[in-house]
Amino acid sequence: MHTETIVKERSKISVKDLNFYYGKFQALKDINLEIPEHKVTAFIGPSGCGKSTLLRVFNRMYELYPEQRAEGQILLDNENLLTSKKDVALIRAKIGMVFQKPTPFPMSIYDNIAFGVRLFENLNSTDMDERVEWALRKAALWDEVKDKLNQNGSSLSGGQQQRLCIARGIAIKPEVLLLDEPCSALDPISTAKIEELIAELKSDYTVVIVTHNMQQAARCSDYTAYMYLGDLTEFGTTEQMFFKPNRKETEDYITGRFG
Amino acid sequence: MSDKHLSSQFDSELTGVSTLVMKMGGLVESQLRTAVQALSEFSVELADQVTSTESQVNSMEIEIDHDLSSIIARRQPTARDLRLLIAISKTTANLERAGDEADKIARMVKSIIESGAARVLPSSELRVAADMASALLRKSLDAFARLDASIALTILKEDDAIDREFDGFVRKLITYMMEDPRTISPSLDLLFLAKAVERIGDHAKNIAEFTIYVVKGADVRHTPMEQIESVVR
Repeated sequence: MHTETIVKERSKISVKDLNFYYGKFQALKDINLEIPEHKVTAFIGPSGCGKSTLLRVFNRMYELYPEQRAEGQILLDNENLLTSKKDVALIRAKIGMVFQKPTPFPMSIYDNIAFGVRLFENLNSTDMDERVEWALRKAALWDEVKDKLNQNGSSLSGGQQQRLCIARGIAIKPEVLLLDEPCSALDPISTAKIEELIAELKSDYTVVIVTHNMQQAARCSDYTAYMYLGDLTEFGTTEQMFFKPNRKETEDYITGRFG
Repeated sequence: MSDKHLSSQFDSELTGVSTLVMKMGGLVESQLRTAVQALSEFSVELADQVTSTESQVNSMEIEIDHDLSSIIARRQPTARDLRLLIAISKTTANLERAGDEADKIARMVKSIIESGAARVLPSSELRVAADMASALLRKSLDAFARLDASIALTILKEDDAIDREFDGFVRKLITYMMEDPRTISPSLDLLFLAKAVERIGDHAKNIAEFTIYVVKGADVRHTPMEQIESVVR
């Protein structure tokens, strides 16, 4: 399916005829998709449908494994990420990612944020302090950690750790933020804080979120994509997808009739 | 609902509330039939029967609303489940009002009987319209139960016929009132009665519109007929 006609905003990422293989297994089939700038796009679908794979292809994480390959194009502002000669680290600096389980580095809260920034920028200590505070404030974590920046990141609660990872992701000022099941290990309060954060982040970033929680997709996204068995089955505005999806397969999944 | 949810509990909750709506619909329908019969037989007894059913209809409306709130709170329905529940809520409100109109008819019938002027007035034409309205209400419930948008479409068209019947009836009453001013008081009763019949047709039409809403996901209220036809096809 083609999504150019559905997205009215400028598209930040254009996926064209994307096929992806884990060895002989084809995990993504002819994906064509526009991801709008400064909007939240949610990917939903049953386990193994390819949504996390798609997210991993966006920042070329699959390259770590020799048997995995991608065909087609992923254009970030018209530059094909798949064939780009640029350093992968530079691509990842533009496309940040947050994983399902919080993954704080075994270092202080402060250094968790500063670590990535030091790779790309040479800031003096005042500027670095400002950047760390900015990122922590953006991630709605500053007030909770400002007095213990030197404590180890893993001393925080699960919800705080996940917000720390989001702060780390945005500290290097990426253009796109990929969130793979960011709330699946969190309690409702932490989840609500992260959803608030997502709504706030979209004015500066393009956000892509993969979630098994359909209510979460309905709450915090502007566009929703439904994937099944490596195909993009339907893409539309979130309102349309949750009120009157065009495809029966989508409706069955969203209403819990998927068997 | 043809396809089953993963949660059979959810299925039985939806079936349960749908069954209640149909039961309530059946009750209102019989209220209306009895009211029409009271009119044709000039029977105070039948008219009283309509009024006594009223409280039963009202408590069913409350019961259905309670069930709907509970399903929404616990299941967070989406897509066609959500549309179905919204449509049920609105259908129930329309049924309750149709029941009120039937009660109004019964009370008017009593008032006309008491005035003694009943048999000089053209009430037989009103019975035709009342039968039409009653049939339309039954058909709209049938379309809703089967989620059949094309039956719903024919209901929208038939309601126009009831409206035309009403206009004709009003003109006729005016000639009676001009010929003999003594008929003015019972004629006014008949006029209110005719209005009640016409309103029941409107409620049936609303229910038909909600059926289209559930099936097609389109809100066709206040929409030109050609546009509704293209939605349904």
